[in-house]
Amino acid sequence: MSKTVEIRIKRQDSPNAPAYWTEFSIPYEEGMNVISLLQSIRRDPRDKSGKTVAPVTWESSCLEEVCGACTMVINGKVRQACTALVDKLEQPISLEPMNKFPVERDLRVNRQRIFDNLKKINGWVEVDGYHDLGPGPRQNPADQTTTYKYSECMSCGCCMDVCPQFTLDNAFVGAAVLGQARLFNMHPTGKMQMPARLDKVTQEGGIQDCGLAQQCVKACPKHIPLVEAIGQLQRDITLSQVFGALKK
Amino acid sequence: MSEKRVLIVGGGLAGLAAAMRACELGLDVDIFSMVHVKRSHSVCAQGGINGAVNTKGEGDSPYIHFVDTIKGGDFLADQPPVLSMCEAAPSVINMMDRLGVTFNRTPEGLLDFRRFGGTLHHRTAFAGASTGQQLLYGLDEQVRRWEAQGKVRKFENWEFTRIILDKDGKAAGIVAQDLTTMEFRSFPGVAVVLATGGPGLMFGKTTNSTINYGSATAAAYKQGVWYGNPEMVQIHPTGIPGSDKLRLISESARGEGGRVWVPRKKNETRPWNEIPTEDRYYFLEERYPLYGNLVPRDIATREIAQICTKEGLGVGGRNAVYLDLTHRSEEYLLKKLGAILDIYEKFRGVDPKKVPMEIYPAYHYSMGGLYAGYEADSTGRLLKDSPLNQMTNIPGVYAVGEADHQYHGANRLGANSLMSCIFAGLVTGESVVALAKNSKSSEVPSSLLESEQKLEEEKYKKLLAQDGPENPFVIHKELGEAMSAFCLIERKNDELKQLQGMIDSFEARLKKASSLDKSGSGNMSAVFLRQLDGMITMSKAVVDAALLRDECRGAHYKPDFENEAPSKETPIDDPAWTAYYEKFLAQTQTWLKTTVAKYDPNQSRPTIDFKPVDTRHLSPEPRDYTGVGKKAWKKFMDNRQASEAKA
Ligand SMILES: Cc1cc2nc3c(=O)[nH]c(=O)nc-3n(C[C@H](O)[C@H](O)[C@H](O)COP(=O)(O)OP(=O)(O)OC[C@H]3O[C@@H](n4cnc5c(N)ncnc54)[C@H](O)[C@@H]3O)c2cc1C
Ligand code: SF4
Ligand code: SF4
Ligand code: FES
Repeated sequence: MSKTVEIRIKRQDSPNAPAYWTEFSIPYEEGMNVISLLQSIRRDPRDKSGKTVAPVTWESSCLEEVCGACTMVINGKVRQACTALVDKLEQPISLEPMNKFPVERDLRVNRQRIFDNLKKINGWVEVDGYHDLGPGPRQNPADQTTTYKYSECMSCGCCMDVCPQFTLDNAFVGAAVLGQARLFNMHPTGKMQMPARLDKVTQEGGIQDCGLAQQCVKACPKHIPLVEAIGQLQRDITLSQVFGALKK
Repeated sequence: MSEKRVLIVGGGLAGLAAAMRACELGLDVDIFSMVHVKRSHSVCAQGGINGAVNTKGEGDSPYIHFVDTIKGGDFLADQPPVLSMCEAAPSVINMMDRLGVTFNRTPEGLLDFRRFGGTLHHRTAFAGASTGQQLLYGLDEQVRRWEAQGKVRKFENWEFTRIILDKDGKAAGIVAQDLTTMEFRSFPGVAVVLATGGPGLMFGKTTNSTINYGSATAAAYKQGVWYGNPEMVQIHPTGIPGSDKLRLISESARGEGGRVWVPRKKNETRPWNEIPTEDRYYFLEERYPLYGNLVPRDIATREIAQICTKEGLGVGGRNAVYLDLTHRSEEYLLKKLGAILDIYEKFRGVDPKKVPMEIYPAYHYSMGGLYAGYEADSTGRLLKDSPLNQMTNIPGVYAVGEADHQYHGANRLGANSLMSCIFAGLVTGESVVALAKNSKSSEVPSSLLESEQKLEEEKYKKLLAQDGPENPFVIHKELGEAMSAFCLIERKNDELKQLQGMIDSFEARLKKASSLDKSGSGNMSAVFLRQLDGMITMSKAVVDAALLRDECRGAHYKPDFENEAPSKETPIDDPAWTAYYEKFLAQTQTWLKTTVAKYDPNQSRPTIDFKPVDTRHLSPEPRDYTGVGKKAWKKFMDNRQASEAKA
């Protein structure tokens, strides 16, 4: 018998429908990853018993682990499906949607919350305009090495999915968003706008909700130093509060 | 004028740049995207973005950038927009820097630049090896800023399916479908901007993202928007074969010193590290001493394909050559190329810092696209604030980014796409504002909005009900394999004709395909029937245009019509040069034309016309990356002018 890959997928037909599991058995090919398994299922959508089922819905875009779309829980760990190589996974491979975001269908969840939260912390550099204003401020190459790390955050949500303080229905903005606040505070222009940003970071669902459980860092596929970011934000907040009090 | 909204379909670099500029100039914007805009295909770009900022003391200039771009594109691009782009490029890069993009720096704190293919200058700004991601985020953040101010509404996970045209045939809105609830909705707008990226997935496994169906392009094309230069698609010389997609090792790997080689001997059995230098064939360096490993993409692609398929020198007899960085220090490689080398290691399980990568060409980019126009000023540049810049043949419908046909002619230079996307995005923002000034509010009769929505709903209902024996994903796989086999690296007329027949059969099978999924929630399969129909429609334009163009130009390579240059050893007074140049001039006369494909609802194949190319700044000359032909060409032209003067 030719080699197969055994998969169990937790499915859900619509946002409010109950979840159920379906098992699949897929012919093995060299170099497969979880995305190619799902692609293979839709070309022949039958479960393990041979019964025809609807193809599985999931999200993907880049397939290079830079867009964050394909995030799901694979063998119990939240990660990107496109970098999950079948040869490195124990079988049966179990696929589940992320835990902390509402399921829309099968493996696809709604992560709008991440983007809304980026709005809440002024996640941008406020420039005077998009016309030609000459070169930007000079920056130390060593600083670029630091900021580049943060700017690789692809809003995948892994750090939130594992965070004990981040739940389906609370307001916590989550580690990635705090990391982005830190990123903009480091930019020479963004720094000038730090007071307003810090103010936002301490509002409802802000930094005070973080319990420093440090799960986020371990889950981040981009190795973003989230705990360091949170620590620095806290120091900046304390400093600005002290100065604020002095000014008064 | 806030009651006027512009509808921007696509949230990659082009769409977001257009959105932020339009907002800045006072318009309100609705953005539509099949994925959260932050997950658009632009994130994939690794290598960098071109602009002649000239901080390396090399005497680089926007004009040289222009010349490189036009020559790189084999003169098929209209020159005014390209000149304007190259002149604006340094300021665009500066703007992106001000927006917070984490570009790499020099010790003095300036932007760093690297070399890319098709140029002799350090002109490519980069942010690690994920430049596209960083640029996209920079724009995404600005658009979010406008969103927080209520100027932008985003419709993410929505698919655009139709342009709404008013009774005069002008854009009045769009219809789009929510990909979760599957509901359709009409949106009124003063202009419709299609910034929907490339249509790569018609070639199956490519370097493109899984959303690059070109479904928006196909929808617009079927409604009468012209499609320019469909046959011009680029193959990236250095793809990594994969089971789900072909990943890419950016050209920057060669820019940072990567060397391409194969064992000199056929059937070499020694492992790579036991093959001494004299037995390694650095074929690009030997054949193109001036540019070496950095020859333009189409040349590198053909040389690699040739080495493997014709000369039988592929590594291990396979379709693969080495791309070798092992002579560079690990520290250097990590700093300059960390992210892309990561990708190789992640997907192949081998460390490219220690072992040469194995690569083979892959479909990568479409130079062709929806036909975008422009208005030139008296100096041959884009007329500032003209509503016609980036407008298609349908009034009020704009095309921009990889979705347009405008900037890259027959072949795109590496790192020029990101620039063209942002530059043209900004231009489009200005164009729609100019258009909106002269148009009434975006009021559209509600009866029109309703009837158009209804039309799309009915079409979708039919798709959903389709229940035949064929699986659309299987048809897609076969389409991709056929397109890649017969219409990619090398094109032959008999094979293209055969391919036309195959595409017809795919189309027939699509009618007998099942939607596979009857669900009203997050249904990927039923919408795929529509997306596949779009890919089949567009593939016909590509194949028909390729069949018609009997010449070699840029990425379009038809060996049966090649005008081969004399070898570089040929003395410059040899008549072979004259014959070659005479043929070149004749070919230019016949073929230096933009292909314009038009959808014809009454027949199964497109109508194809040709339009002259605006070459007002730079006259066509044969491309020469060996450095030898230059003198011969000059001599030929001098003689020609002399004899013309006599006559
Ligand atoms: C692996 C890779 C590396 C690259 N590296 C470089 C590089 O180093 N330098 C360079 O200059 N170029 C590079 N390119 C090319 C460049 O990345 C793309 O050409 C460019 O990013 C395209 O941007 P865009 O804004 O036109 O479209 P995209 O970024 O593709 O965005 C298209 C948008 O349209 C939306 N969309 C599409 N259809 C619909 C629809 N029907 N309804 C609603 N929304 C829709 C999508 O959701 C998306 O938001 C690279 C390309 C690849 C594949
Ligand atoms: S430190 Fe802990 S509580 Fe805070 S964001 Fe990270 S995982 Fe959540
Ligand atoms: S911080 Fe890391 S885990 Fe969190 S969203 Fe960003 S990339 Fe994902
Ligand atoms: S598809 Fe983009 S991260 Fe996996």
